[in-house]
Amino acid sequence: MNPFAALAGSLTHSLRKLGAVTLFLLDILRRCPAILARPKLVTQEVYKSGVLSLVIIMTSGFFVGMVIGLQGYDSLSRLRQEGILGAGVALTLLKELGPVVTALLFAGRAGTAMASEIGLMNATDQLSAMEVMAVDPVQRIVVPRFLGAVISVPLLTAIFNSIGILGAWFIGVAVMGVDNGEFWTQMQEYVEPADVWEGVWKSVAFGVTAGLVAVFEGYHSPPTAQGVGMATTRTVVTTSIAVLILDYLITAFLL
Amino acid sequence: MGPSGTGKTTLLRMITGQLRPSAGSVRVAGQDVAQLNRNELYQLRRRMGMLFQNGALLTDLNVFENVAFPLRENTQLPDSLIRPLVLTKLNAVGLRGAASLAPSELSGGMGRRVALARALVMDPELILYDEPFSGLDPISRGVVLRLIDMTNELLGLTSIIVSHDVEEVAAIADEIHVIAGGKVTASGTPDALRESPSDLVRQFITGAPDGPVAFHYPAPDYRADLFGGFE
Repeated sequence: MNPFAALAGSLTHSLRKLGAVTLFLLDILRRCPAILARPKLVTQEVYKSGVLSLVIIMTSGFFVGMVIGLQGYDSLSRLRQEGILGAGVALTLLKELGPVVTALLFAGRAGTAMASEIGLMNATDQLSAMEVMAVDPVQRIVVPRFLGAVISVPLLTAIFNSIGILGAWFIGVAVMGVDNGEFWTQMQEYVEPADVWEGVWKSVAFGVTAGLVAVFEGYHSPPTAQGVGMATTRTVVTTSIAVLILDYLITAFLL
Repeated sequence: MGPSGTGKTTLLRMITGQLRPSAGSVRVAGQDVAQLNRNELYQLRRRMGMLFQNGALLTDLNVFENVAFPLRENTQLPDSLIRPLVLTKLNAVGLRGAASLAPSELSGGMGRRVALARALVMDPELILYDEPFSGLDPISRGVVLRLIDMTNELLGLTSIIVSHDVEEVAAIADEIHVIAGGKVTASGTPDALRESPSDLVRQFITGAPDGPVAFHYPAPDYRADLFGGFE
């Protein structure tokens, strides 16, 4: 095939998919009020995607924090600036690593579970059965899971950041001997509320992205074993790329 | 009834409004299904029940909650009313004792019976069965057959069964329509169809392996195909 035609083809395909995802998001948002009136459906999903992701988030957060503490200490000690380790670690985590790594881990731990669950429900006619029972599957199945992700990701990010800072403190202060008071006061000195908000906006945007990609891929997966498998893979790949692109865009916009 | 892949399930999905016909119309209770808006369609679906081929039970809910699902979603009934409603339906299919089991703990036949209880729990006027006997052992098959017959008689509802189990369906149906190639090729009482002059209907009823529905998928000449590589 002519390479231009192939390029145009894949471009139209991507645009069409982006359009479909946007329409799906509007569909979801339109049905949110009805589901918010039944908060139990949402809290169940927050438990499934958020609480059950705590172990991986906390473990990763601690190790990411420790490695930033170690690398940060190594770099800063060459400049004789170990004192600002706390500030450096906090800014790195709050503004960048916290939201991004949490979103990537969330996509792998909870996004895949959501996509394959919805995909299998579709493959085994459970969604069709709901439609026939006059129950809207987008409202009953998709919306609570989407909202669960939107609520969980910012909360998990906050936990990731806190544990990460503790990890860095452990390496910097407890192991490497940075002054404890300096670690915390420099952090207070240099971290502005705007830095915290940057991370919060990012984590909300990533929560919407991770949730939307997972429910979209699951809901639209072909009703076969291969289809559900592909949907799970695409959930991780698409979320990861979208999160990294969005991260750049939000940073460029806010700085 | 009709051979596999001839559009029987598609027809059912048009009756429930999940698919729109590209030509013609489907009328249920006097309403043209394709013309209804979302709310009207959902209102109409509350008067229908459907039993899916594999039961389609919700895997994250237990048997009781599966049967209670349509009531919880479509009505404001309190738990004190939902409980007896669900238990009577489960008792009717003989599975009151299985109320707390998960769908994964049920056999195929039990799953089908739970799905039947769920289809009946809203007291529908019309009930659709998609291949209710496929994949069941003879005992479960007999049980499901008896349940379908009984609900039809006792509740006085309209039942549409899509199936290719000739004997089972002929035993309980008032009327059989044979669909093949996207068309209704024969209609009538089970007895009338047995006498049908159509080759296709006779092939279907007697289960002959070859006839109008050919045993072989269309293929090039056998000899030419086998030795094609040497020429």
